[in-house]
Formats: sequence, C-alpha cells, structure tokens
Amino acid sequence: MSEPVVDEGGLLLKARQIVKHFPIRTSQGKQLVQAVDGVSLSVRAGETLGLVGESGCGKSTLGRCLVRLLDPTSGEVIFDGVDITTKSRRELRTLRLGFQMIFQDPYASLNPRRRALATVEEPMLTHSLGTNAEIRARALMLLEQVGFDPSYADRYPHEFSGGQRQRLGIARALAVAPKLLIADEPVSALDVSIQAQVLNLLSDLQRDNDLTYVFIAHDLAVVHHIADRIGVMYLGELVEVGSSTDVYTAPRHPYTEALISAIPVIDAEAEVRERIVLTGDLPSPIDKPAGCAFNPRCHYAQDVCRTDKPTLQLLNDGREVACHFPL
Amino acid sequence: MSEPLLDVRDLRVSFRTRTGVVTAVDGISFTVGPGDVVGLVGESGSGKSVSMLSVLGLIDNPNCVIEGQALFKGRDLLTMSDDELRAVRGQEIAMIFQDPMTALTPVYTAGWHISEQIRAHEKVSKKAALARAVQLLDAVGIPNAADRVNSYPHEFSGGMRQRVVIAMALSCNPSLLIADEPTTALDVTIQAQILELLKSLQSEFGSSIVLITHDMGVVSQMSDRVMVMYGGRLAEAGPRREVMRNPLHPYTWGLMASIPPTDGTRVARLAAIPGAPISPGDPDRDHCLFSARCRFVSDACRPQPELVEHIPGHFDSCVLPFADRVELRRQAMTPLEVAP
Repeated sequence: MSEPVVDEGGLLLKARQIVKHFPIRTSQGKQLVQAVDGVSLSVRAGETLGLVGESGCGKSTLGRCLVRLLDPTSGEVIFDGVDITTKSRRELRTLRLGFQMIFQDPYASLNPRRRALATVEEPMLTHSLGTNAEIRARALMLLEQVGFDPSYADRYPHEFSGGQRQRLGIARALAVAPKLLIADEPVSALDVSIQAQVLNLLSDLQRDNDLTYVFIAHDLAVVHHIADRIGVMYLGELVEVGSSTDVYTAPRHPYTEALISAIPVIDAEAEVRERIVLTGDLPSPIDKPAGCAFNPRCHYAQDVCRTDKPTLQLLNDGREVACHFPL
Repeated sequence: MSEPLLDVRDLRVSFRTRTGVVTAVDGISFTVGPGDVVGLVGESGSGKSVSMLSVLGLIDNPNCVIEGQALFKGRDLLTMSDDELRAVRGQEIAMIFQDPMTALTPVYTAGWHISEQIRAHEKVSKKAALARAVQLLDAVGIPNAADRVNSYPHEFSGGMRQRVVIAMALSCNPSLLIADEPTTALDVTIQAQILELLKSLQSEFGSSIVLITHDMGVVSQMSDRVMVMYGGRLAEAGPRREVMRNPLHPYTWGLMASIPPTDGTRVARLAAIPGAPISPGDPDRDHCLFSARCRFVSDACRPQPELVEHIPGHFDSCVLPFADRVELRRQAMTPLEVAP
C-alpha cells in the first residue's frame, strides 16, 4: 500500500482505511451494505479536495464519517493532529469548531421557525463565542459576506429562494470560524445560474477566510472547476486520486474516463463526438463483484480483473489509481 | 418545408391565485416538424414544462387560463373534448416524465403498464399486448425482457425504470414524444445511456421529440433546434448549431457561462448571472423580463421587445444592436477576474 507523498506538516485532515458498513435485514438474512470500504485520503490546509462519484458510491457516507456525523466501522480520521474517531460526544463538540458541514438540501437543513440572523447566531451561542453583542455583529457580518442585505436578517427560511437558503447554510457553517468545510452536493439542487453564484461565493470565501474544503458532488465538471485535487469513488472505494487538471484531462482509471465521457458537453458539432457509454447499472454495495468492483462494466476488463482486487497504487506521475491496467 | 406536426401559436397560460395572476407562459409560438428534435431549455419557473403540459390538457387546475392555439396535425388540441384528447394522448403524443418512480404504479408489473396502454388505444388481446410489451422492453435495452416483463417498478433501478417509461411511451408508436427532464433524476453514466437510447429510437421510429431540460449540454447532444425560455417567453430560438455557436441573447450567454467549462480549462470564477430568476407572479411584464439581471440593460428594454429573426431561422428577443452582439458576448462570457 502506498501512502500519498505529501508534506505531513501541511496536512489538515487525514483519513486512514475508513470502513463503514450498515447491517441490514433482507430475505437472505442479515447482510452488510458496504457503503465505504477502506478509503484513505489526506487534505492539505487551504486546498479543495473534490470527491466525485455516482449515487450509492459512498461519497456522502464518507463525508459524514469524516466529521463523525456517522461513526465509521473502522479506520481513523485525524483532524489537525487529533484522532477524532476515538473522542467522546462531549469532546467532539469542541472539536467540531474546526470543521463544519454544508448540506445538499437547503430546504431541509434550516430550522423553519428560526430567522436568518438567529440561524447564524446559534452555533456561536452554543459555543459561547463572545458576548451577545459580539455574536450579533459577527452574524450580521457573515450574512453580508454571503451576499445578504441587512434587511434579510429577520426573514424566515421560507422567505428565501433555494440559492439564498444555501447561502444562509454557508453563513451558519462559517459562524464558528472553522478551518475545514465539508460540502455535500451544495449546488446540485440549484438552477444553473444560481449554481454559478454559489460556486463563486465558495471560491471567494475560501480565499478570504483561508478555508479548506472537501467538496462532494456527482457532477465532475463542477468538481473539476472548484477542486484542486479530485478523488473518484466507485462502490465505496477510491479508484483514482490526482490533481484536478490531470484527472479531468487525462484520466487513468477506466471509470473516470467513462464518467468524463458521459458529461453532456455544449458543442455545436456534437455528432462527431465519440463517447464511452457504460453498460449496466452500478452493482449493489451489498453484493460487490469479485475482483475489481468495476470489472462488470469495464471495457478493458481482463481475467485478472475478475479475480484480483486492485489496490490504490501511486504511479510515477503522482497519480493514485486502483486498476490493474491504468490508462 | 413540410407541414408542421405541432404548431403552437401565441400560447398563454396563467393561474389565478390569491395574490394575483401568475403568468407561467406568456405568448410563445413555435412549430415542431415531423422527425424534429426540439430542445426547450430554461430554469425552474421559466414555463418550459407548463407550456407542454397545457398543450396536452394535463393541467386540471380550475384557476388555470389557457389561451392561444396548439394545432396538432391541423387540429387544435386546446379546443378538443376530453374524449378526443384522450384518443390523441398516449397514441399520437406520448410523454415521459422526470421521475420514473411516480410515473409507474407500484402495484402493477412493467408488462401490465405497457399492455394496458396498448389496449386502451387498440383492440388487441391481452396476450398479444403482453407480447408487444416484451418486444418493447427488449427494444429499450432491458436485458431478459421476457422475464422482466413480470417485474414490479421497485425491482428496477432508476435507469431501468426510465426505460420502462420510455417503452410505455413508445407502445403506440406516437408521432410526437414529449420528454420532460427525462434524465435529470439519473446518474450521469445512466443519463448517457438513456440519451443514446432516445436518439437511436428516434431514428428508428421517426417520432418527433420535444425535450424539456435545464441542461444546455443535454440539448446540445440531442436536438436539431433549441428554444431558450425565460419568464414564460422565448428569449432565443434557432437551429442547434446556430444557437450553440452564435448565441444572440444575453440570457443564453449567461446560461452557457454559468456552466463550468467542460474542455479541461479552469477559470477562477464563473461569469454568473446576478440575481434570481424573475417570479412569474410579477405584474410588471411590459419589458424584457431578463433586463433586471442583464448587464446591458437600457431604456430600450421597455416596452417588451419583439422576437426578431436576425439570421434566417434564428430568432431572439434582445434590443441590443445586432452588429455589436459578438463583442458584447465576448465581454459577457469572459469569466470575471478575481475581485481584489
């Protein structure tokens, strides 16, 4: 197993062999949904790591394990030098000042009975981060920072549009001045023009507040835009990790290649474009294929892919790929 | 040009609500020729779905007022009786919806859905209808169609379910297929499969397709003609190549520039459209509805501009001087520099 070559000093988050299995009862008796199956990753301070994959690939479960909204079955998460997987709920509360989360559905993640200002003040009050006046001033500043006029402070969530609610969620996440933001599909519920606004806002906030992001999304074009490095997930495992430009322009795992090829491109000459269309559906994470999990849908699969499971290997160009025959 | 299959003239759809009249569709006209694939693009609330639902008589809200004409093979769909309409719907015009789970009844099998539809329009035996269901499921790429015809909706994955819905829509060989966000609920690799399928079925069966979507990329992959809607009106319409290569309306520029580049280049910031889409309930409508978000707004944007055919077949409703458009487009679509 190769460990990524990075400067340990600059690491903010390090996850080692994260496994999350959910026991379920089916007609065949008790089984395990192998949502995340041994993922190791590291995030440097100030960078954006994008996690991309299709529904059911475990990217959200992984994101939740990284902040311990879910307890991983095994593995460890080290944030800023502290192993958060062994901490108690009480200790986590303080630790969570360092990392916050933004959720996909801005309709479900806000308290409908709380006004915008109170929504942003709440985390600071919980952690007693100043006097009431200081907290109010900071909340107003944050609302302004995410683009709200002060007159919006007294509005309730239902008075906001989807994009505005997402900005409110971002302001709340920033309230405790975290170092790391985990954003789980923050723009996928938004219209394209609003999506671009929120992506720009996230870029600006990162620059102004020295933030580190883990950006989880299914849209590779969006992830490529926002992330410095991309990790591609398939059936609970990382299959490729590398710099955003490298992964997008020269994928080395067949799944990444297919994922990029499937993006509908705005193109006047669309008919000339050859694309790789994957056959079949994502296999079930209850009953994963033997060997490489991607082999039943892979164009390049050979016999060894059906028997031997490839591990994430560091290639000489700095890319990590879990494939017997990297492209 | 041959006789259009569908000829929509000055369609207006509004809803009376407690807070006033909401105008969802505000006078759109377009035609769909035999074998055409027309892409209808817009954001939520642009009226793209409502326009097609109203044409099919699928809005049963008593407060809805539909005006205009929708001639299908020369007959006005909007004045047809329910019985006449029922004979057209499903047989000559079929619809595919976004969410394949809610489009299917969970307590019936895939085969039942398809044969039911066939038997509603044609006098055939149950056995013959089921046999055709198997053929259709095979045609839309469902493996083991003979077995899967007895499966229930929950036994299919999302992509497979959408294939069942497509098989249902194609069961009576419709001449017009309306697909409302058919791939939005699907993963991108499955979306690619379904788009390929629609394309190959279109060339095989020769149906016309109206594809409703918010995704410029999907339209670019699929359609012959593109119509961009904003606030219930057409902002721009024309042949796909024309619109993709030479978009004329600032809203189209904004839509295209809002999508992160897919060619591998990375920009610091996207040239996003400021503000939020116009509310269809806004009573002040005698102006370009996009002007509130447009960086080129001027006094000329009021009253409401007409749709003008600047280039043969390529219409747009912007008052900017045509000669300046290329330069203005360059400005509008260049990603903004990082603010200091």
